[in-house]
Amino acid sequence: MVDPACSVAPAAPSTVAPVVPAAATFTAPGRSPLDHPMSLRWAGALLLFLLLIPPVLQALGDDFYVGVASRVLVFALAATSLNLILGYGGMVSFGHAAFVGVGAYTAGILMNSGFMSAWVTWPLAFAVGGVLALAIGALSLRTQGVYFIMITLAFAQMLYYLMVSLKAFGGDDGLSLPGRAELGLGLDLANDNHFYYTVLAVLVLVLLGLHRLVNARFGHALQAIRENEPRMRALGYDVQRFKLLAFALAGALAGLAGALLANQGSFVSPSLMQWSQSGMLMVMVILGGVGRLFGGLAGAALFLVAEEVLSAYTVHWQFGLGLVLLLVVLRAPTGLVGLWGRVDPAHRAKGPKSPP
Amino acid sequence: MNAVLLVEQSLNGLQFGLMLFLLAAGLTLVFGIMDMVNLAHGSLYMVGAYLVATATLASGSFWLGLGVGMLATAALAALLEVGLLRHFYERDHLAQVLGTFAVLLMANEGVRMVWGSQAISLNPPEALAGPVELWPGFSYSAYRLFIIAVGLVVAALLYLLVTRTRLGMQVRAGASNRDMALAMGVPVRRLFTGVFALGAALCALAGGLLGPLLAVQVGMGEQILILAFVVIVIGGIGSMRGAFLGALLVGGVDTAGRTLLPTALQWLWPGEAAANAGATVAPILIYLLMAAVLFFKPRGLFPAHG
Repeated sequence: MVDPACSVAPAAPSTVAPVVPAAATFTAPGRSPLDHPMSLRWAGALLLFLLLIPPVLQALGDDFYVGVASRVLVFALAATSLNLILGYGGMVSFGHAAFVGVGAYTAGILMNSGFMSAWVTWPLAFAVGGVLALAIGALSLRTQGVYFIMITLAFAQMLYYLMVSLKAFGGDDGLSLPGRAELGLGLDLANDNHFYYTVLAVLVLVLLGLHRLVNARFGHALQAIRENEPRMRALGYDVQRFKLLAFALAGALAGLAGALLANQGSFVSPSLMQWSQSGMLMVMVILGGVGRLFGGLAGAALFLVAEEVLSAYTVHWQFGLGLVLLLVVLRAPTGLVGLWGRVDPAHRAKGPKSPP
Repeated sequence: MNAVLLVEQSLNGLQFGLMLFLLAAGLTLVFGIMDMVNLAHGSLYMVGAYLVATATLASGSFWLGLGVGMLATAALAALLEVGLLRHFYERDHLAQVLGTFAVLLMANEGVRMVWGSQAISLNPPEALAGPVELWPGFSYSAYRLFIIAVGLVVAALLYLLVTRTRLGMQVRAGASNRDMALAMGVPVRRLFTGVFALGAALCALAGGLLGPLLAVQVGMGEQILILAFVVIVIGGIGSMRGAFLGALLVGGVDTAGRTLLPTALQWLWPGEAAANAGATVAPILIYLLMAAVLFFKPRGLFPAHG
């Protein structure tokens, strides 16, 4: 997953020092503002909480919500993959749902052709998402700013209409899956609890991997490019290559999330790739916190739980969602987790954005 | 037979392209002058169409409804700009995308609350209801011809406004270099509220004119919004000329792709495979066009910024 040449963590200070505003503003010596330390205590507590969700729900007699919880984790994975390019890479991709959809279709088509093993379908969904993102990224990253937003949207629309028109794979009606994938290891994914823990394991692995990645040289270079691209180019970095690799990795992870999503609902349809879905993923990222490791998880949880709660009260819940989103964008630009992060001493060391 | 089809489809493409231009004109100026991504532009089109439809049904006159709907939409847009969107100009694109996405969600639900989920259908005005015989053996919808005429007149007026008036000069200055325009004393803020309201009125015009052809319903804005984005990205953001040519290009390619391409493919390789291929490729064509344009000219055909 991580280019071995790039994973020599932690960063050699010399490579990123020029983009750091002034070394004197940091409390801990040798810590860069591009580092994202993870508090073991908090992460452990969070993991414990997530581990306890199914037994607690079962004890309350709300088994149904275990499925909702797995959906939250799957979307957390998708939003986290978007956060890698949006938050750490500064690339506002407006077509991320396409990769989720492509991963879902990869899993769905394979499973309908008799390949039921998760060890085949999930890695392939990851690979297809990654290869597609590599191709789309190679073309899109030639453009900048608004044009980048629009071209990623255009590619996503192309894939959406492609899947709508391909009658062999259900077209507009979507594709039903014969069931959930077979994982082995003594787990039966058709069981909602087993599925939940499988998704949780995947998410934890991805988050650990990403934590390592953003704190490695690769991640530092990526964030430095976000802060000041011309400067990184002047320093001799192959800016396009870093951005493209991040874009492809994000696409691959989204593809994996798509495969999990297809399994969760046993159904795939083009609506997964609709542009509003890309918008929703972006909403999750900003709600949870742009460029924060747990931003995707927090955002997906907030969004889907709010949807579940609000839609029970009113059919017009999207109005409320819009209002909340507007308030967050206007009042808490770093997301709701960002509000909390302001008092977190680990982040107080973060100086203001470096001047160009 | 083939010539008739060709003329008919060309007129349809022209009509669609001109309506796209009405939307793209406002959008490209908003984009160009304020460097603002406005996803809520499609919502103005939707709200405009609803206001026109409501005013038409209330007054019984299509013309009165169109005028009232346009004015009401422009007023609403000015309020939106002053009250909310203004706060997003200095923010990054991500914030603009999310902020206007929020407006879009609220507009969709707001419309659903006020008008319900049922689509409203409008009738074209009596005088334009029937077909017109353009030459013996070829008739075309009078209403569609009227839409084409309105589109061309509005395009000409906009062209005169942008190239021949002081206001237009300020708009162009704002689009090519906002800071310089500000320094030279152009009241960019006020100008922008005006441009935004004008863009909204054009949205309402397009929405109202298309009302009798398409149904007025929630979500009608999104589909056309993305097409309008494609138009201005192809044309070059901030450029009125680019928006016009881009709109005609997208309207033409889309219409040709949907009607002529399957026929052409059938003619080349008779059989079902060709028909299926045509149906698959047609909706993708305009996005391919946009990707191709951006590949060779990453800033569109006529970039406004120097």
